[in-house]
Amino acid sequence: MTVDDFLAVPDFGLGWLDASGPHADIVLSTRVRLARNLQGHRYLSRASDSDRQTVFRAVARAVDQASLPDDAVLLPLAELRRRTQRILLERRLVSDEIVGRGEPESGAGVAVCPRETLSVMINEEDHLRLQCLMSGLRLVDGWSRVDGLDEELGRHLPLAYHHDFGFLTSCPTNVGTGLRASALLHLPGLVLTKEIDRALNGIAQVGLTTRGLYGEGSKFVGNFFQVSNQTTLGQSEEDLIDHLDRIVATVISKEREARRVLMRDAGAVTEDQVWRAYGLLRYARALTYEELMNLLSGVRLGVSLKVLPSPPVYSLNRMMIFSQTAHLEDAAGCPLSSSERRAHRAEYVRRALRDESAHGTSDPGP
Amino acid sequence: MSEEGRVCDAPECSKPAVVHLTTVVDNKSTTSYLCKACAQAKGISTDPAPAVDVSDFLAQLGEAGPATSAAIAAEPCSFCEMTFDNFRESGRLGCPHCYTSFEIGMRRLLKRIHGASQHAGKVYLPADPAAADLGRRLDGLRRGLQRAIDAEDFERAAVLRDLIREHETAG
Repeated sequence: MTVDDFLAVPDFGLGWLDASGPHADIVLSTRVRLARNLQGHRYLSRASDSDRQTVFRAVARAVDQASLPDDAVLLPLAELRRRTQRILLERRLVSDEIVGRGEPESGAGVAVCPRETLSVMINEEDHLRLQCLMSGLRLVDGWSRVDGLDEELGRHLPLAYHHDFGFLTSCPTNVGTGLRASALLHLPGLVLTKEIDRALNGIAQVGLTTRGLYGEGSKFVGNFFQVSNQTTLGQSEEDLIDHLDRIVATVISKEREARRVLMRDAGAVTEDQVWRAYGLLRYARALTYEELMNLLSGVRLGVSLKVLPSPPVYSLNRMMIFSQTAHLEDAAGCPLSSSERRAHRAEYVRRALRDESAHGTSDPGP
Repeated sequence: MSEEGRVCDAPECSKPAVVHLTTVVDNKSTTSYLCKACAQAKGISTDPAPAVDVSDFLAQLGEAGPATSAAIAAEPCSFCEMTFDNFRESGRLGCPHCYTSFEIGMRRLLKRIHGASQHAGKVYLPADPAAADLGRRLDGLRRGLQRAIDAEDFERAAVLRDLIREHETAG
């Protein structure tokens, strides 16, 4: 596959959207990432162009030599169009750090194993960021896969490792295992029953962190909360994963309990709100992304509670990704002003919902 | 997390509960309500967990006293020439060797950030590994093998079994 035509592959790198994982109605995705660096090379903040190119070539060679679970596509980010870079960001295959703040540095890249949901960012804050992104709550599976990728690449690359400190990273908050595991949770039940602060405090008290949809520094939108481990040193990867898994399972059960309470004590109001959200999405002529996310949250809740028979969670997940700016501009084939974006977004969502209802089972009319 | 109107669950304690503790053991969750003193007696902090702010930690390191901070900060990294002051400003190290160059300061910093300064995760083997590293590496691989078998990921289990044999032969 060439660099230019990878986007022609439907849903390139979007396997995690398919809503096939456990608890997919509440857990949009599980992400497990490892930070790794090459011995004898400066970190990005002190690296020259030539240092970054050397690291890129070394990783490209390793990706080529390693027996990866799928054919990996290696994309040098600086050679891609700006919109394509943003599409990769919106698909969560690269970070805001690497493409979001102006042109990527030379040597910045990403290798993607499309079907296996594995990817490797090159020359981000660390030389390598290995990531596995999967549908639903699959932390153990995600860790196992990213561990396999780490083993493979580690056979071909001299990684920076210290006997006491473990895997060495640019920021000391990642040192040791280099592991950051997270689950992206949709928690409207806890928000509507005003239990969310209690839940977030509880999560903080057991050493975990909660962030918004787009990670560090991002705000909470659409009732999505990303829960991850905070520390990376002093515990094994299995222990970190197991702790997060148990806490997330508890949060899920609290969310389900809150939804039962909502339907028991405020069923009519909840049903009304869900249908209003659906109606707005079905007929609105302009939508901001934040508005869309909040309305999709209502519809997602309605589908999970079986108030709405459709659309399936998979379609709702797709709407979240394909109604972002770069995806809308790609579909339109040109840059869009903010008012054009709102109109294109509303049109895309109307069409998606209309197509869903045209496909048989799913006209959710009252 | 306060629980309005409830009293502490601990025997012979009637103080107001301020902690709502849910524990999960073998997939069974139990909830208890504790006052501040009883919670602390059980080792549970009643203060919200602080967000990790490397700059704050680094600023505090600088306040450790002139002798200590001078010892930490004296020599720049011999590989990338970053100084501890540069690190203090940016919160990012310059290269992997900085951890060795600033080892005393890093141990203290890591202890404060992570509550530990000793790695307990998977072991990466350099070209000429020490026996202790090899042993720890094998332990990690065996844990991974068990995990792969539990998950019925036999392809991965086969890869790990071969890796274990490879290391056992090398050892």
